[in-house]
Amino acid sequence: MGIAVQLKGLTKRFGTVTANKDVDLSIEEKSIHAIVGENGAGKSTLSKIIYGMYLPTSGEIAIHGMKVRFGSPKDAIDAGIGMVHQHFMLVPELTVTENIILGNEHAWLLGRIPLKKLEGTILDEAGKSGFSIDPAAPAGLLSVGEEQRVELLKLLCHDASILILDEPTAVLTPSETDRLFEILRSLKEKGKTIILITHKLDEVLAIADTVSVMRKGEIVGTMPTASITKPELATMMVGRNVLLRTENPPSLPGRTVLEVNNLNFRTAEGKSMLQKLTFSIRAGEIYGIAGVEGNGQSELLQALWGLVPQGSTVSGDIGLNGTSIIGRKPREIAAMGASHIPENRHRHAVILDYPVADNLIFGRHREEAFSKGFGFSRKSIGENTKKLVADFDIRCDNPSRQTLGSLSGGNQQKVVLARELSRPGISFIILAQPTRGVDIGAIETIHRKIIEARRNGIAILLISSELEEIIALSTRIGCIYNGTIRHEFTLEETAAKRMDEDRFRREIGLHIT
Amino acid sequence: MNTLGMLQNTKRFITPIASVLLAFLASAAVIALTGRDPLMIFSKMGMAVFGSQYGLGQVVFRLGTLTLVGLAVAIPYRVRLFNIGGEGQLQMGAFAAAMAGAFLPGFLPWPAASLICILAGMTAGASWALLAGALKIRFGVNEVISTIMLNFIAQGFTGYLLTYHFAVPSTVHTPPVSEGSVIPSLASLTGLFTSSPANASIILSLGAAIFFHLLIFHSRYGFEMRAAGLQAEASDYGGIDTSRHILAAMAAGGAAAGLGAANIVLGYKQYYEAGMTDGAGFAGIAVALLAGAHPLWVIASALFFATLEYGGLSVNAYVPKDIFMIIQALTIFLVIGFNAAKKR
Repeated sequence: MGIAVQLKGLTKRFGTVTANKDVDLSIEEKSIHAIVGENGAGKSTLSKIIYGMYLPTSGEIAIHGMKVRFGSPKDAIDAGIGMVHQHFMLVPELTVTENIILGNEHAWLLGRIPLKKLEGTILDEAGKSGFSIDPAAPAGLLSVGEEQRVELLKLLCHDASILILDEPTAVLTPSETDRLFEILRSLKEKGKTIILITHKLDEVLAIADTVSVMRKGEIVGTMPTASITKPELATMMVGRNVLLRTENPPSLPGRTVLEVNNLNFRTAEGKSMLQKLTFSIRAGEIYGIAGVEGNGQSELLQALWGLVPQGSTVSGDIGLNGTSIIGRKPREIAAMGASHIPENRHRHAVILDYPVADNLIFGRHREEAFSKGFGFSRKSIGENTKKLVADFDIRCDNPSRQTLGSLSGGNQQKVVLARELSRPGISFIILAQPTRGVDIGAIETIHRKIIEARRNGIAILLISSELEEIIALSTRIGCIYNGTIRHEFTLEETAAKRMDEDRFRREIGLHIT
Repeated sequence: MNTLGMLQNTKRFITPIASVLLAFLASAAVIALTGRDPLMIFSKMGMAVFGSQYGLGQVVFRLGTLTLVGLAVAIPYRVRLFNIGGEGQLQMGAFAAAMAGAFLPGFLPWPAASLICILAGMTAGASWALLAGALKIRFGVNEVISTIMLNFIAQGFTGYLLTYHFAVPSTVHTPPVSEGSVIPSLASLTGLFTSSPANASIILSLGAAIFFHLLIFHSRYGFEMRAAGLQAEASDYGGIDTSRHILAAMAAGGAAAGLGAANIVLGYKQYYEAGMTDGAGFAGIAVALLAGAHPLWVIASALFFATLEYGGLSVNAYVPKDIFMIIQALTIFLVIGFNAAKKR
């Protein structure tokens, strides 16, 4: 078998930052080659170099044995390389067929595009690779999994022989992931080379033939997946031993803190997003909500945090420590002892241009302890910073000057967590996707801190699309589907089923699709 | 990592300084093209500005107004609003201050009368700006468009009131303000800046810049305001009322522009005259942009433009002063261009 992609001494620098350092890599034809690494390890940069989006600072690239120098993705596409980005790039108003031929219309400027004929071609191509798709459907109506298949199909129709997939399963449900893997296997059979960029180790072991591990811009090892285990991979990635599973000692829940009763949510367009949603959380308990995105999680969060968009209507009741919070503002809800770590922390939880120290008080800046005159007490902010940075192992050089935006995703999330969990008088906290975009090393700390908060008697609502995380942390699990809790696993069930994670994951999977 | 901080600090200076230098080089080239020796022109400018008490006074006078109209742009800029309406706000402020001064009972002594006039000017400027702020948060009207339109309305409105109701017959100005409303000239107070229009209101201008610096960078209020400007959504989550900050920032900007009335009406002309603002409000945009919307740097930036403005006027006999408008505009282009290049 030949070598599809050969990299020799590849280095990429951005200013003073070296994103890829002296990378040597051979990717065999007709194989699935995974590249794993933490966020910021340089795997995205590497894939973008192969796809012609970046020019390497030095080093060589050879495709199928021919030395190349890509000035733009167009050159890479011409060389038979295709890439499915993490965020899909379909035009929602156009049909599947129109999206696929976009930029490659086979027609004169004012000529008619032979859509019917093309639809046939696309159906053929899809059939060959073993997946079904309606070529006349508008892209806007497709599910995430379908959108991804259209992106793949687009590459196949352009005759790509090397496919790069960037975190392809990040947005998929377990069953959609299985389908994607089947497709990838059949594409491999057809002779395609697949490069899989990911940080999910289970998936690497399940589908890839070979895996390369990246750390700090360098390849620290390449080996067949058959010869390595998950803990070994994780250790290579992080550079030290990591606990893949946080210890979760049994919990003894106390009084009820949050009570959601028959909650209904109707959007301005009249779409019903929550229907009679009911659950409760007690002190010292983590209630995990498992579900595919778009089943009402965002609306539940909006209702819980008093940020219901104009025009939407909410009925039913949410009680926090016995008082209703419907119609209250975020500030008032926070004053009742609640806190919220939003899903999109970049947009909602931090000010990226503020220093770390300022972010450690952001949202709590009205607290008496931090003020002095019209301004802030530098001393108490300094103490707060010092304490939280140490407690939560936040890695930064100079918290009072360094901006939050310059920290890694994991450390940013630690800042948010540290700030919120140390709120005085906190009894309830909402965690939405607490470890999204966070590297393994930091996940460990974050999970430990969440369990610690639970043991301190805080009631925690955990919303996560990572079933692994839900299973690892939750005391009870509610499966959300179509805006309602379809099934709830009790404390005893959750504790027992956690022992066999794989099976539990499949069982939950059934309740959320 | 202190080196990082220092690096950022030096970087912050490089852009404006490089812009100013490049603009000067470019204008030297233009002057040379008009057949004059740029060095001679620049030295004549320097003489005119720094060589006499009068010249210095002219610069101080312009510095006062330009600082305030610069603040009028810089403060709303902190909450991501681009206030193009400094001119209209200054006009409304100037007119209101002149009216208050003219109609106050004559026996009201200094400084009470003066203070009332200043407050009238600030209130008028703030209300005018607040209109744009309210349109923004209530209906989402883009503040650039609304403030431009409000400039036209202010122009028409003051023009109408002046021509048809308040002008002294056969003139284009209002009756003079009462004696107690006048802000004394620096010449009468210190003996310096002889016969120039420089007056004590310069203290108010510089004070305003310092006040807004402290407010924005050293108060809890400023902490919220900057956050609201940087990331409005995050601020909502953090319990900050971003709409209130938009209104307040516009009002503060308008009030700063209105305070300009103290300089041009109470301290200098002592009445409102058609065209007396002379586009100073628009120059405020340049001042704020060169200063990176930083209140203290607004002073430095205003000083640069004030020098350029008066210097340009003084060499009018050799080089049309339009050349110096080119330098002004070029500087701003360069600042914007450098900043855009830095982001890439």
